[in-house]
Amino acid sequence: MSPISRGFHRKRQEAPAGRVPPGQYVTKDFPVLSAGPTPRTALANWTFSIAGAREPKSWTWQEFRALPTETLTTDIHCVTRWSKLDTTWQGVSLDVLLAAVEYDARYVLAFCDGGYTTNLPVADLTGGRAWVAFGYDGSPLGPEHGGPARLLVPHLYFWKSAKWVRGLRLRDTDEPGFWENYGYHMYGDPWREQRYAGD
Amino acid sequence: MAGTAVRGRLTWQTATVGSVTDETPLVRTLALQVPDWPGHRAGQHVDVRLTADDGYQAERAYSIASAPGEPLAITVERLDDGEVSPYLTEELQPGDFLEVRGPIGGYFVWEPAFGGPLMLLAGGSGVVPLRAILRYRRLIGSSVPARLLYSSRSFQDVIYQAELDSDGAEVIYALTRSQPPGWTGYARRVDQQLLAEVAWPAAQQPLAYVCGPTSFVEAVASGLVGLGYPAERVKTERFGATGQ
Repeated sequence: MSPISRGFHRKRQEAPAGRVPPGQYVTKDFPVLSAGPTPRTALANWTFSIAGAREPKSWTWQEFRALPTETLTTDIHCVTRWSKLDTTWQGVSLDVLLAAVEYDARYVLAFCDGGYTTNLPVADLTGGRAWVAFGYDGSPLGPEHGGPARLLVPHLYFWKSAKWVRGLRLRDTDEPGFWENYGYHMYGDPWREQRYAGD
Repeated sequence: MAGTAVRGRLTWQTATVGSVTDETPLVRTLALQVPDWPGHRAGQHVDVRLTADDGYQAERAYSIASAPGEPLAITVERLDDGEVSPYLTEELQPGDFLEVRGPIGGYFVWEPAFGGPLMLLAGGSGVVPLRAILRYRRLIGSSVPARLLYSSRSFQDVIYQAELDSDGAEVIYALTRSQPPGWTGYARRVDQQLLAEVAWPAAQQPLAYVCGPTSFVEAVASGLVGLGYPAERVKTERFGATGQ
């Protein structure tokens, strides 16, 4: 039973039912969170790789952008408690990318420019639930938001949608990534409020 | 990975407000009494939860302002359109209750073993976790050289001013909007030239901590990399205008 904070009252409008997970509030801004300087990689040097499959696979920027793309509108939820509704992205489905390799791994560790990593189950990257996004709101994705390309896994807390993503390492075991090593949850389901280890 | 994983469950704990200190017209420090507070590291943050009498709850994260070994304290800046910060800075009184959960975050922290020299860069209330680092450094008698570049709208908006000026660190202010009469210090936003004048040379292998609004952190972190700081020696923590 939580103690009452005397004199505290709701000031924010109630969010649309079923749209905002527990402990979150809606913002119209697009806040930026990252642990270090924003990396800047020239598109000529950019690749997206999948390691740990029977054969490794890599796309140059041109090859990546020649893949079929999708435009999607979705809600995103940051562990720092902001949620942003109806964000529109352009990206390549992870179904397309993972179909290019043979594997039986159950987990991936996404890796990025700047050294960031995050872990995800393969099952959460397939079935039309995850993308490598290169566009936001009809424009190229800005560097501070993870451009040229970031992972987009909107059904998990947004730290799983790794900025500046450069590839996936397929793994048999679930190994913690950057924030997961610092006590954040291994899976990160916002609807179950899995913010920190043990939640 | 240098992670110190916290694998136990972080539970909500009742905190009693011990004292409130007005730092500036918009900023207040809350000393919190938490009987089972497990302690924290310099630079970490804490989740705060408020409960209204109708059961409505709101949660926010705040940087911890006190040094390791000290009781928990947070420093909060009032955002006019906010739901939580006006309550914390205007309504809350000693003896009131709220809930806390933490400490949280293990990357934007400083330990004496990390050494230095320390280059701390604050934009506005981004000074809070950097103050915890400077306070800790002083309390343990660390000889690591420290320099703080603090960008503030005006001198009256500077948080912890008296403490910072007696902390044994070099403090350089950049006052972006207005300056007191006779001000001879920097009177502009932090730009590359200013950084080059103030920051420890990269050859001294400084360790940088940057905290502030996104535009500040983007400019400063990129600027330090431009001065030769390796990206892994530049730790950042940002708060956007999150409509909080």
